[in-house]
Amino acid sequence: MTTTAVPVSAAVPTAPAERRPRRKGRLRPVLLGLPVPLLFLLLWHLGREGRWELPFGIRMGFLPYPADVAGGLANYVVGTRDNAFSNLLWEDLPASAMRVFAGFALATLIAVPLGVLMGRFTTANALFDPMINLFRPIPATAWVPLVALLIGYGDQASIFLITLSAFFPIVLGTISGARQVPERLLEAARMLGTSGAGTLLRVVLPASAPAIVNGMRVGLGLSWVILVLSETTGVPTGLGSTIFLARDVVQTDQIVVGMICIAVAGFLSDRLLKLVVRLLFRDRPLIK
Amino acid sequence: MDHLIAGRTADVRISGLGKTYDGGVAAMADVDLTIASGEFVAVVGASGCGKSTLLRILAGFERPTAGSVEVGGTPVTGPGPDRGVVFQDYGLFPWLSVRENVAYGPSRKKLPKGEITAVTDKFIAAVGLTRFAAKYPSQLSGGMQQRVAIARVLANDPSLLLMDEPFGALDALTRTDLQTELRRIHVETRTTVVFVTHSIEEAVYLADRVVVMTGGASHGVPGHVQAVVPVELADRDVTSPAFNEVKRQIAALVHTVPTPA
Repeated sequence: MTTTAVPVSAAVPTAPAERRPRRKGRLRPVLLGLPVPLLFLLLWHLGREGRWELPFGIRMGFLPYPADVAGGLANYVVGTRDNAFSNLLWEDLPASAMRVFAGFALATLIAVPLGVLMGRFTTANALFDPMINLFRPIPATAWVPLVALLIGYGDQASIFLITLSAFFPIVLGTISGARQVPERLLEAARMLGTSGAGTLLRVVLPASAPAIVNGMRVGLGLSWVILVLSETTGVPTGLGSTIFLARDVVQTDQIVVGMICIAVAGFLSDRLLKLVVRLLFRDRPLIK
Repeated sequence: MDHLIAGRTADVRISGLGKTYDGGVAAMADVDLTIASGEFVAVVGASGCGKSTLLRILAGFERPTAGSVEVGGTPVTGPGPDRGVVFQDYGLFPWLSVRENVAYGPSRKKLPKGEITAVTDKFIAAVGLTRFAAKYPSQLSGGMQQRVAIARVLANDPSLLLMDEPFGALDALTRTDLQTELRRIHVETRTTVVFVTHSIEEAVYLADRVVVMTGGASHGVPGHVQAVVPVELADRDVTSPAFNEVKRQIAALVHTVPTPA
């Protein structure tokens, strides 16, 4: 057999079209990103020094200096001041990260299979949709008093609240992804010998992957919000606990240090999630 | 020519077949058709005549509301790997490479790994895509994607090949190439083929028999088989007078105004 009649090479790009050299314009966005944060730090410093009174009743005299915060951060990370917060990051971060990870993973494990079923089967949707819509509007803050009575304070309460909050964006993302799977792909899978349950795993799941990942990213961001909420009282270690401890001993610099650390942890965990997704799918083109 | 081996093949018996959608719209009624094992049958007709419905019922994607369909003596109750479908829009899995798409069916049958690889390579080579085995569908032209879809179905060794306007979205040159290739593949595999198309020329070029369907909801008459025309041309030279005579004959039948029974 020969294939001389196939004019193939002209039609096929050698690399995905969106991959073009990016080295050139790389410095520009970095340089443009600097002035605004630097101005913010300058105004912060000046405002603290001049004890500015801003709208909303913000009294900048109560703020720490940016330099104090930097010092507090150094102390929190490597112990430069020898106080209650020295080196504490290495206790707080693992404790908090564990709670976020456990809650988020649990939420994902429940939400993805449920969302796939709800997205594909009207019966499953009819069964669970009212319950989800009933619980979804309840803010996590409103759960806190009940959880305190039912579970108490600590890891379990924290993980429960995180699971509860991360569940909704993930399940909703999965449902919408599963609903939008092209009917043609399901037909193709069926005629190639895939069982009904098999199509969920082999077609619905990969076809909804982008929507699931979007839901997971929202859920993960929310997990850090709820982490702080769940560490407000009675939890001895954690990034959130330290913020409230710092408030109790009126160490404003340490409060800001805690805020910064949570921001960085949230940012890094999002990057980590994106990395895991990339390793999982490599360069596979997914449905938009 | 050792890429392809004779595949499985089955006969098709369609009797009294009808499809009425919810709301009472009769898309198709009283279709009787027997297709011999190894035969290549093309179905032509205007839009809405029920030819795609017929094919989707054969595939098991839709249930008929009247009559029955048997493939290889077994009633059709749902989609299955014995009936491979090639869609107009290819229906390839975008997240799988060419190789993975073609290996999909054999993998579902849980064949030994070595056998899956051998079958996959054989059919990728048969459609001339060996160099592109690692590419993803979105990196290929429409004609190449349809080649992948054909290889994917053939690798599953179906006894009936169902093709729903498979070349309708391709440019004229690619279309001609694929028609030639499909003829060759059919000669080698002898798999029974039901090929739905708008193009009378394509039907006459490819088929042993051409089924002409007319009617449809817009005519107030359910889609039905108007005529079955055997194509007894030794060589399929699309420019020959004999070829065009058959084309004219079928064109006249396609444009027959259906009369309510």
